[in-house]
Amino acid sequence: MEEFEIPKPPRTNYLNAEFGLKSWLLTKDHKRIGLLYLGAVSFFFFIGSIYAMMIRLELLTPQGDLMQSSTYNKTFTQHGIIMVFFFLIPSIPATLGNFLIPMMIGAKDLAFPRLNLLSWYIYMIAGVITIYALLAGGVDTGWTFYVPYSTTFSNSYVIATGVGIFINGFSSILTGLNFIVTIHTMRAPGMTWYRLPLFVWSHYATSLIMVLGTPVVAITLLLVVLERLAHIGIFDPAAGGDPVLFQHLFWFYSHPAVYIMVLPAMGVVSELIANFSRKNIFGYKFVAYSSLAIAVLGFLVWGHHLFVASQSVYAGMIFSFLSFAVAIPSAIKTFNWTATLYKGSISYDTPMLYALGFIGLFTIGGMTGLFLASLGTDVHVSDTYFIVAHFHYIMVGGTLLAYLGGLHYWWPKISGRMYPEGWARFSALVVFVGFNLTFSPQFILGYMGMPRRYHTYPAELVSWQVLHVLSTAGASILGFGLLIPMIYLVWSMRYGRIAEANPWNLPGLEWQTASPPPTENFLVTPIVTHEAYEFAPPEHKEVVGKFERQQPAET
Amino acid sequence: MQSWLPFPESASTLSGEVDALYFYLCGVTAFFTLLIYAVVIYFVIRYRRRNPSEIPRPIEGSMKLETLWSVIPLLIAMTIFVWGTRVYFAQFRPAKNALEVYVVGKQWMWKFQHATGQREINELHVPVGQRVKLIMATEDVIHDVYIPAFRIKNDVVPGKYTTEWFEATKPGRYNFFCAEYCGMNHSGMRGYIIVMEPTEYENWLTGNAGGASPAAAGRGLYESLGCVSCHGANAEGGRGPALMGVYGSKAVLNGGQSVTADEGYLRESILNPQAKVVTGFGPIMPAFQGQISEEQLLQVVAYLKSLSTAKPETPTAKPPPASSQPSATPKASPSSRR
Repeated sequence: MEEFEIPKPPRTNYLNAEFGLKSWLLTKDHKRIGLLYLGAVSFFFFIGSIYAMMIRLELLTPQGDLMQSSTYNKTFTQHGIIMVFFFLIPSIPATLGNFLIPMMIGAKDLAFPRLNLLSWYIYMIAGVITIYALLAGGVDTGWTFYVPYSTTFSNSYVIATGVGIFINGFSSILTGLNFIVTIHTMRAPGMTWYRLPLFVWSHYATSLIMVLGTPVVAITLLLVVLERLAHIGIFDPAAGGDPVLFQHLFWFYSHPAVYIMVLPAMGVVSELIANFSRKNIFGYKFVAYSSLAIAVLGFLVWGHHLFVASQSVYAGMIFSFLSFAVAIPSAIKTFNWTATLYKGSISYDTPMLYALGFIGLFTIGGMTGLFLASLGTDVHVSDTYFIVAHFHYIMVGGTLLAYLGGLHYWWPKISGRMYPEGWARFSALVVFVGFNLTFSPQFILGYMGMPRRYHTYPAELVSWQVLHVLSTAGASILGFGLLIPMIYLVWSMRYGRIAEANPWNLPGLEWQTASPPPTENFLVTPIVTHEAYEFAPPEHKEVVGKFERQQPAET
Repeated sequence: MQSWLPFPESASTLSGEVDALYFYLCGVTAFFTLLIYAVVIYFVIRYRRRNPSEIPRPIEGSMKLETLWSVIPLLIAMTIFVWGTRVYFAQFRPAKNALEVYVVGKQWMWKFQHATGQREINELHVPVGQRVKLIMATEDVIHDVYIPAFRIKNDVVPGKYTTEWFEATKPGRYNFFCAEYCGMNHSGMRGYIIVMEPTEYENWLTGNAGGASPAAAGRGLYESLGCVSCHGANAEGGRGPALMGVYGSKAVLNGGQSVTADEGYLRESILNPQAKVVTGFGPIMPAFQGQISEEQLLQVVAYLKSLSTAKPETPTAKPPPASSQPSATPKASPSSRR
């Protein structure tokens, strides 16, 4: 293993370099901005979770007994908007990505520290506007804002919410731009592209989508606002417009946005699987390029949201084909993660438990995606709980689990303290069980025909209620499991065991500096001489299969 | 009792095909999920860390394996793709010889009108063993007619007609739902499809007769809206093109292109006549956008369709009572797709 200069823990680190509110609100340190995001994102996650609990409680019975239909509609809309735009999209990139990308590539900061801070402020302004819309009366269009309901018929705060999401997009764009420029220009000497940790590769792919896709949803929401205010007629057939055009525009961003949410999670999982097996990742280049393949193909599949929306059947056929194609890079990743475990030295630390949980849930989430890519079955299950279950398996089972795993993994680096391992393993287990109990009944419910966004359902369908009761029970367990880390992570910031610089004993650059790191990350700019995840010298490499050994990459 | 089973009733000629594809997908999913779970669990136990300082040998990767696990999933995906597309095309191929029912969705109710004039709200009576085609329009936002037992749904989109068809195989009472979120009482916008034996259906039709058929009502509108002055009292034409037999014909336009005069074209030509003017005629017709409700529009279209006498397979007047032609047997429609 490579010898590294491990600097003695500096007396000052990024957390104690300055004190006071001002030092946080005006910081240009990517690590502090990452923490600002962590705080804000956690707040929005908490709000979104409360809405989720309300939904689950209401669906315990077929009648609407907890709230009125209009309230229920606002509840699921706001759950979606908060979770998608204010939690899932910024979650991993803006917190962990912000914190780690410069450290992983051996840089002192992102390329544009001021833009980075600006992106947080934009996010906060957007958040405040959106919270205003929720408090003023809420919005009931569904997070998808389908026209003409959103433009003509809804009496809720569509414009304020639309403006909030519009503004929020710029925060995403700036973060993406910052990452792209940073990864291109600020790698430490010797940090070639093929030595980058896969976390960086997946964030690079994510950033491309952020920069290319987000403007489209911004324009689309702007058009909704204009149509609502001035009736410009772009979506209204009476004025020559087309309501389905909105769906094309919306999903052109919002499908790639799914990959904004899941690609960073895949990056985290690549780190966890490799590091907690003490192995280099199996098929590094395949995993790296599959991220780019997902980013590119992800832009070509939006039409699979329109299979029953009066789109041409031939267009449906093409989009179905492309949707199957985009499944392949995800399959490649999953197989490579599995193969990485082979002959590894696998530890059962909490981050690894989350990573293994991710593989388990993402596999189911991905496979059930095939039911939706397949035209014949999509007709039956689209707009039902099957879809709801499918995307929660990806978004919660995938992204949220990876986010929690990453948070635990880098917690000693971020906070300088260790979290309590016993509690953490216990809560990881509770989350896994609770999650499955919440969402697996919804697959069955969906195939039975329960439409999504339904406040009430026919009382004579007893099995529907049974499944809803199971799902709500699971949600309670899941909520409990998520509450535990919220408590002990906060607790550990003060009372946790002091973490050493490299508590997991890993080769990654971020572990070669103090915990918590100094403001400039590295006292001496590191010089990189090895590949990512190089635990053992490359000459010890073993080649599987009958193939001739390939030359050890271009080092 | 069906409602205790965690599986929906299967009651149309296509529902079995969707289920077969679904089971295939379930099999593929179960296989890969169990495979990955088994391998991961085995590795995690077999290669657990036994010694805190152990460093395993690095493994390079393998082109052969990468190829294998890219190509095999792709091939399996293609089988699903082909199968799924075939089922979809069967679902969306326009149904011939179908009983036509006009459907208008509005916040938050469904209105049905049979070709023979009977009107229903949130309930639709249909005969077993005969294809039923829903021609759907909406007065306001996007809705969707979803009948889980028939494994069929399609959006109802403002500004156009969409259709869906089914052929029920079992008498019974089946839920249908609005599956596209449409505002406050979205979850109340549901009802029942009541599938009856043909004779019972006949009785139901006669017992509920009364209203004018859509075509007859459309004839009335044709007169009261003043269409007669240009298109002629018997649709023989005048300053406007003749409408006798127009439905299903090819209309040559002023620009030189031609279109098939289907329901969508007729609709557009009433609401916004200037969009596609038939060659030889001036753009003189007033637009009826905003002047006519979706239901009235459907009735006018039904009238125009009734003028196409050369289309005997459309049972506009009365469905053949229990004559059950061979084409109406349950197995006819799935086998008609290729």
